[in-house]
Amino acid sequence: MTAALQTPPQPQPALPPGENELARPESPSHIFRVFTGLALQGFGGVLPVTQRALVEQQRWLSQQQFVELLALAQVLPGPNVVNLSLMIGDRFFGWRGAIAGMAGMLLAPMVVVLILAVLAGRFDQVPAVAGALHGMGVVAAGLVASTALKLAQTLRNNPLGWPLAVAFGAMAAVGVGVLRWPLVGVVLVLGVAAVALAWRRIARAVHHE
Amino acid sequence: MSESTQVMLNGLWWGSLGLGWADAGVLFLHFLSLSLLSVGGALTTAPDMQRFIVGQRGWLTDTQFTASVALAHAAPGPNVLFVSVIGWNVAGFAGVLATTVGTLLPSSLLALGASRFVAKNQQSRGLQAFNAGMAPLTLGLLLATAWVLFQPSVSTHPWASGVAAVATVVLMLRTNISPLWPVAAGALAGAIGLFG
Repeated sequence: MTAALQTPPQPQPALPPGENELARPESPSHIFRVFTGLALQGFGGVLPVTQRALVEQQRWLSQQQFVELLALAQVLPGPNVVNLSLMIGDRFFGWRGAIAGMAGMLLAPMVVVLILAVLAGRFDQVPAVAGALHGMGVVAAGLVASTALKLAQTLRNNPLGWPLAVAFGAMAAVGVGVLRWPLVGVVLVLGVAAVALAWRRIARAVHHE
Repeated sequence: MSESTQVMLNGLWWGSLGLGWADAGVLFLHFLSLSLLSVGGALTTAPDMQRFIVGQRGWLTDTQFTASVALAHAAPGPNVLFVSVIGWNVAGFAGVLATTVGTLLPSSLLALGASRFVAKNQQSRGLQAFNAGMAPLTLGLLLATAWVLFQPSVSTHPWASGVAAVATVVLMLRTNISPLWPVAAGALAGAIGLFG
């Protein structure tokens, strides 16, 4: 990683202007370290820790940019947080940043999970271990919900208008979570409707100017 | 290198089932073929991995397969690492490489291309509409994930689970503490049997 530190950053597509208070990672190895640190804190899901570390602590992204990247990461195939890590790395340092983000997200946790896999056979019958896993699951649910609620503030500026945006969010949550409809179908139907409505509203706003 | 060292290294590389290059290749190709179908995360293609590894090849039992998924969820890091655990259980380090690279390579290349396209076309009306339309769905899907994670405990211990989940949300929205604290508290409360 020392070699990566000495290479000057290559020009990359700039992040949208008007985000004056944002910081930049210093190097691909900086990206690697931050992602390794946050991935190792992510019990039962890395997304809440990722949002906290990148938006609230490092300030590499605004809430709005985070939601936009997350939306893209979610509609594409592949694990959302891995897609997110390579997209964020790529935004700052091209393919070297993408590899740094992805490797940070995966390498250290992989070592941990494989050690656990070797040990697992010996302890999974212990009731306290099974109970602890249940408890971590409940907290993980709370962490994911709080991330969704924090990011929901960005819906105020949504061209759909916030009542319609909240309605689409609620329909997706109920369809996939409560009714357990297939994700692909729900995203296709609701996504096409929401994007089409947003297109019309943006077009109308441009027309009125 | 002594013979016993070679036997040990061989066991680490190929695992306990004694599979070889041909099996590792088949494993790699199967996970590669599922990569671009895994919209919403690799877990959505787990049923097909199970059909192939447990049903068709008999490399793992149903219990081993499910335990691999549960382990990765409890461990720190992305849940997609369950494919690495499955690879390890099937064919050692060779298996880890086959399942992990197979799962991540195609989807990562696509994500990289899509991300660059989006960065270049930031101002197009189509992308603005895409962002505006998809953002609420993204947040809705997060709530759905929370709901699904909540299910195993709510059926047996609704009050304790409800209080713990709501307390976590309030802590995260109102304070600046690290998520590690509620996770540790939840593990402790679970270990003494609060959530069944």
